[in-house]
Amino acid sequence: MKYRILAYIFFVIGFSDLFIKIFFGNIFNEFTEDYYEIANPILVFTPVLFFSIGGIFLKEARVNMSIENFGTSRFKYYTPQLVCLLFVVLIFLFFTFNAQINMENRGIDFGFGFLKQEASFDIQFSLVEYDGLDPYWWAYVAALLNTLLVAFLGIIFCTILGVIVGVARLSSNFLIKNAASWYIEFFRNIPLLLQIFFWYYAALRALPLPQDANSLFGVTYLTIKGYYMPSFVWNNLNIFIYLFLAAIISIIFVRYYAIKLRDTKGKQLPVFYISIFLLIFLPGLSFLIGGVTLNFEIPILKQLSATSFIYDGGISVPPELIALTLALSLYTATFIAECVRAGIQGISKGQKEAASSLGLTPNQVLKLVIMPQALRIIIPPTTNQYLNLTKNSSLAAAIAYPDLVLVFAGTALMQTGRAIEIVSITMLTYLSISLAIAALMNWYNKSIEIKEK
Amino acid sequence: MSKITFLKPDRSNINAVLSIGIIFVIIGILDVFLNTFFKLNLLSSFPKGISILFPFIIAMIGFHLVRIEFSGSRTIDLLNKNINTSTFNAALTLLILFILIKAIPPSFSWMILDANISGDSKEACTGTGACWTYIKVWFRRFMYGMYPNEQHWRINTAFLLVIGLGTFGFFATEKMKKFLALYYVVIYPIMAFMIIYYLISGGYFGLEWIETGAWGGLSLTFIVSFFCLIFCFPLGMILALGRRSSLPAVRYVSIGYIEFWRGVPLITVLFMSSVMFPMFLPEDFFMDKLVRVIIAITLFEGAYCAEVIRGGLQSLPRGQYDAAKSLGMGYWKMHIFVILPQALKLVIPGICNTFLALVKDTPLIFVVGLAELAGMLALAKTNPEWLGYAMEGYIFAAIIFWIICYAMSKYSYNLEEKYKTER
Repeated sequence: MKYRILAYIFFVIGFSDLFIKIFFGNIFNEFTEDYYEIANPILVFTPVLFFSIGGIFLKEARVNMSIENFGTSRFKYYTPQLVCLLFVVLIFLFFTFNAQINMENRGIDFGFGFLKQEASFDIQFSLVEYDGLDPYWWAYVAALLNTLLVAFLGIIFCTILGVIVGVARLSSNFLIKNAASWYIEFFRNIPLLLQIFFWYYAALRALPLPQDANSLFGVTYLTIKGYYMPSFVWNNLNIFIYLFLAAIISIIFVRYYAIKLRDTKGKQLPVFYISIFLLIFLPGLSFLIGGVTLNFEIPILKQLSATSFIYDGGISVPPELIALTLALSLYTATFIAECVRAGIQGISKGQKEAASSLGLTPNQVLKLVIMPQALRIIIPPTTNQYLNLTKNSSLAAAIAYPDLVLVFAGTALMQTGRAIEIVSITMLTYLSISLAIAALMNWYNKSIEIKEK
Repeated sequence: MSKITFLKPDRSNINAVLSIGIIFVIIGILDVFLNTFFKLNLLSSFPKGISILFPFIIAMIGFHLVRIEFSGSRTIDLLNKNINTSTFNAALTLLILFILIKAIPPSFSWMILDANISGDSKEACTGTGACWTYIKVWFRRFMYGMYPNEQHWRINTAFLLVIGLGTFGFFATEKMKKFLALYYVVIYPIMAFMIIYYLISGGYFGLEWIETGAWGGLSLTFIVSFFCLIFCFPLGMILALGRRSSLPAVRYVSIGYIEFWRGVPLITVLFMSSVMFPMFLPEDFFMDKLVRVIIAITLFEGAYCAEVIRGGLQSLPRGQYDAAKSLGMGYWKMHIFVILPQALKLVIPGICNTFLALVKDTPLIFVVGLAELAGMLALAKTNPEWLGYAMEGYIFAAIIFWIICYAMSKYSYNLEEKYKTER
């Protein structure tokens, strides 16, 4: 109980600390000048510290101290902990002290005020409106979105490829099995950085120039300057989106109704076909009566100078993004394929036989018996691979794709010289992405784990 | 109607069906083969759309005819069982065969038949194939970086000495075996460090001092991964024990450490080591770039190592701990003599995977300006005399890394088999 109260006290302190810092600035600022100078770098992070201490106490309260430390004396229990904590605190103090002196010598003061200054550098490719007049924090957002874009594309492609290869690895066909396993052995034993370099500097450089490019599917162009696709030009997009949402909500209702019907009357509704019908029909309706129109803007070759051509209009995907997505998904797919294979092999044959002896159809066997069990084995390592992919996307800096590391830890760091702030912001961003995904995975794991009595 | 019954494989006219089927398959494959090698098209008179699909269709019909159970021929049965179980399977088989026929000859001729290796300048590369002369000329740079040419024997000797000392374990007699752990954890790293410091870095015994900025190439990959490998293992062991400790403070410090390093990408850690770390050190304290990189990678990989070792510790049954305690062993005695030997045996594959990841991560040190193999390639690629040979360089590096990593993974598999104990 006392741990819980302590935890809540720390949470309250953390919240009030954060509140004061945001709205009033540092309260120590005025009357203790010298003390503030030394402790400022620590003081910025105090809310985080209070929250984590509170969290630790809360966790301890749940564990309820049921650890076996009987037979040990009080001395043996407290000394190692004190030494350990003292060690950590001393290292932190040493670093802060040195940082303080070094920054004083170089005439920099610690703080995050620079985030509001004008960035005055350009980002080659960004999903949001950005130009050099925008502040640093907006450059940070644009760069973060680029990182997330690469991670998102990579995760989609590596999942598709990984599942196909993983299943192919278990095929009865001799050629397919071997092709899959050679693919895995080949791509996962070569450093990712080399693969990215290979795709970017060697493979994509062999593509034709824009003026010589042949079209793929008639409307898209794959050239040395990137991939050009037609873009959608919507009219009244919001009506379409509302109807799409309405379709999804009605599908949820249909599912509930189908389950109810099955439980009470024993009837089966073809939920899948109804869902597809709704998904196509409702948004389609908006074209007929909602005044929604959809046009394509097709890229057209444009001459900039005597020898320089580009495609104008449409969406252009830069070659950096293509190379990075290709390398990341080809590399990570090998690991996902192994996870998928392990998951499917982990289900015993008896499960399948037992399910079909109960009279389930092959589709039902797959959906109700095999997949839930295989997913339990597949999902945790696969999530880890997604995390790895997200972290590996930072290699983008090597081929100048403007991601978080290149833009923020590279260009912004060069311009401002604020090493500590910028590197810690970058690391904390990746750390929070990782911890968020890890927490989500733990929650999911708990929800699907076998409930034992 | 009679044609359809003829197409259906039947045992009554087995010989005719089989021979027709095999001929069809062979025609289909031969067509693709001739097409790629001699630019011949067997069916040029057909319309264009059909002549592309022709080999596929005809080979599919052939496979369909061959698909007879218990045909009486061993080879045919084996074929059917392995690559021709169903229509879908046959289609995939054909797809892979065609891709192989289409892809292998051009790459083979590019890499070997049309390639050049003679001469020592760009003029030697006249063919349409790869220019291995480029690799030949730059070979020493790729292996040793900017290290002076006449001093390369120092790197070679140092590596031979380090490897020689590492094989000590194989020749140790039974009596010495109990000191092996001490040797590998404490004495060997110190000796290796001394060898590399005195021989490669130099400055003593009349050897010329060579700054670490000149080190590079594959030898730098080996140096960095060797030291990180040696140092991250004990660190990981301590952290794993700390994470499973019953003392809350020790446990949370370990958890915080492990989760922090596992949550950030290596490239930001290297950035930290190069721009942020000097700020944290006293003003007049100088630390070499290479040393900072090695420390950063060690701290980073130590966290991964810790998680792997923790897996081994968790998989041991509780009875082992209880038995050791009931014999009156304390914490350290219990872990050193009972728990760790068993746990480490269990985690050999995991540890090897971590080390593999470490070796594959070393090219990243280019972000702090150390040019190992990938960095040297980037340097050579931009040399004005040798523009346009990026492909050869990356293929060369890929082959080297692939051999190293593949050998390591096979070795780890062997180790796993060797130390397997039945439970």
